[in-house]
Amino acid sequence: MAEVFDKLVYYFQNVPTVRYAFIVGIFIALCASLLGVTLVLKRFSFIGDGLSHVAFGAMAVAAVVGVTDNMLIVMPVTVISAVLLLATGKNAKIRGDASVAMISVGALAIGYLLMNKFPTTNNVSGDVCSTLFGSTSILSLTPTDVLITVSLSVAVVIAFILFYNKLFAVTFDENFARATGTKAGLYNLIIAIIIAVIIVLAMNVVGSLLISALVIFPALSAMRVFKSFKSVTICAACLSVFCASLGIIISIIDGTPVGSTIVAVDIAAFFVFWIIGLVKGGIRR
Amino acid sequence: MAQLTCDDLTLGYEGKEILSGLSFSVNQGDYLCIVGENGSGKSTLMKTILGLHSPMKGKIITGEGLSQTEIGYLPQQTLVQKDFPASVREIVISGFQGKCGIRPFYTKAEKREALENMKKMRIDDLQKRCYRELSGGQQQRVLLARALCATKKMLLLDEPVAGLDPKVTAEMYSLINGLHKEGITIIMISHDIEAAMRYATHILHIGGDAFFGTKEEFKRGMFLNDRSLINGGERRG
Repeated sequence: MAEVFDKLVYYFQNVPTVRYAFIVGIFIALCASLLGVTLVLKRFSFIGDGLSHVAFGAMAVAAVVGVTDNMLIVMPVTVISAVLLLATGKNAKIRGDASVAMISVGALAIGYLLMNKFPTTNNVSGDVCSTLFGSTSILSLTPTDVLITVSLSVAVVIAFILFYNKLFAVTFDENFARATGTKAGLYNLIIAIIIAVIIVLAMNVVGSLLISALVIFPALSAMRVFKSFKSVTICAACLSVFCASLGIIISIIDGTPVGSTIVAVDIAAFFVFWIIGLVKGGIRR
Repeated sequence: MAQLTCDDLTLGYEGKEILSGLSFSVNQGDYLCIVGENGSGKSTLMKTILGLHSPMKGKIITGEGLSQTEIGYLPQQTLVQKDFPASVREIVISGFQGKCGIRPFYTKAEKREALENMKKMRIDDLQKRCYRELSGGQQQRVLLARALCATKKMLLLDEPVAGLDPKVTAEMYSLINGLHKEGITIIMISHDIEAAMRYATHILHIGGDAFFGTKEEFKRGMFLNDRSLINGGERRG
């Protein structure tokens, strides 16, 4: 045990990218979990998945076009897709799950096609793999990446706190909120934009295939045990940060891929919370 | 001028008319019951009054200082999701959201008023409880307290007693009656003609035999089996 600890301390002191990975991982886990509750309750669990595939496609386009900063293309494309998917909502001709499926698979296919047709490096499958599963990219972050991620994360957290009560009202009963003068459409738009930002950020950590897990697992776990919106949100945030930290530590020690290790820890936490929920429910009965 | 006037409304979905030529008005302090068969357009009418749905023709005018967003609303129970983690207090205070504008948090005065509304509905001892674990009658009282946070003038209730047992139903009616006595205008959609005759001051019957008038006029019409007192226009087509 002491040996493992020494190894960790060594990495933290001497390898700056490990420190960066840790900071970025924690901030992104926090942001991702915040909106999870709203997305799960609005029946949008899969939106994260769809959008991340869009981000993947956009990233491929950015690589092919040769833009130096991927964010310049990926961020706007993802935000626009999120707005189209979430904000048109009920009135669209092709609805909810179908449109998410269409856009996500479409973007994935086009992205892969482009990456293969116009390879920018010799190792196409390696590139694809790391974009999909975030296998190594988190350990190659630059200080600028860290700065961008941290400032965007802080912006997301502040926006979430300022809109917290409105998000609750719109999520709990959109018709009532609309009827009594809340601009539900506007807040749906804000949810869409925030979720898109989170997804683009999270691609660095867990890769585009695993982002949904980061968004929905903490929320679902917290909902097993806690009963009020506030306690669920706080619990989801803490749990997500805890799981991300633990996941990163394990992956450093064991050399496992960062993204999937974090998700594995999230899954384990879900089962723990599920059992706690069952036990608590049993006692009450 | 009346608090709420519906002038020659035509309602429907996607170009299909459900109801046409509907005119009626509601004054402050009225207790209007809207009755009619399933599918006669009661819910559509309600959504239109709330501004969730725009009428195909005609208009809705609010007066006496009432704006359309000041109508408190009690939805049908089924609308609320089963697995939603929310405490009673969180739900009740969300009734103020419409008044917040861009202000992010609730004021002390709003928190106090939310507590008073919970006391009025006799749910203040449940405020930390989870909404989904409450009984049907308790849930309705929570939503009624939320509606009270949104309005002091007019309440729109969509089948407030559907699915409740007789004892709880009676309690619910007496709570609503109490609010009416305090001066809040009530518009209630109901299947329950008996209760409508007992509490309401006005009746609006939509569907086949359209009728709008006071309860007394409606009664006379019922006993004589003569619904010629049509004030609100007939259904065409």
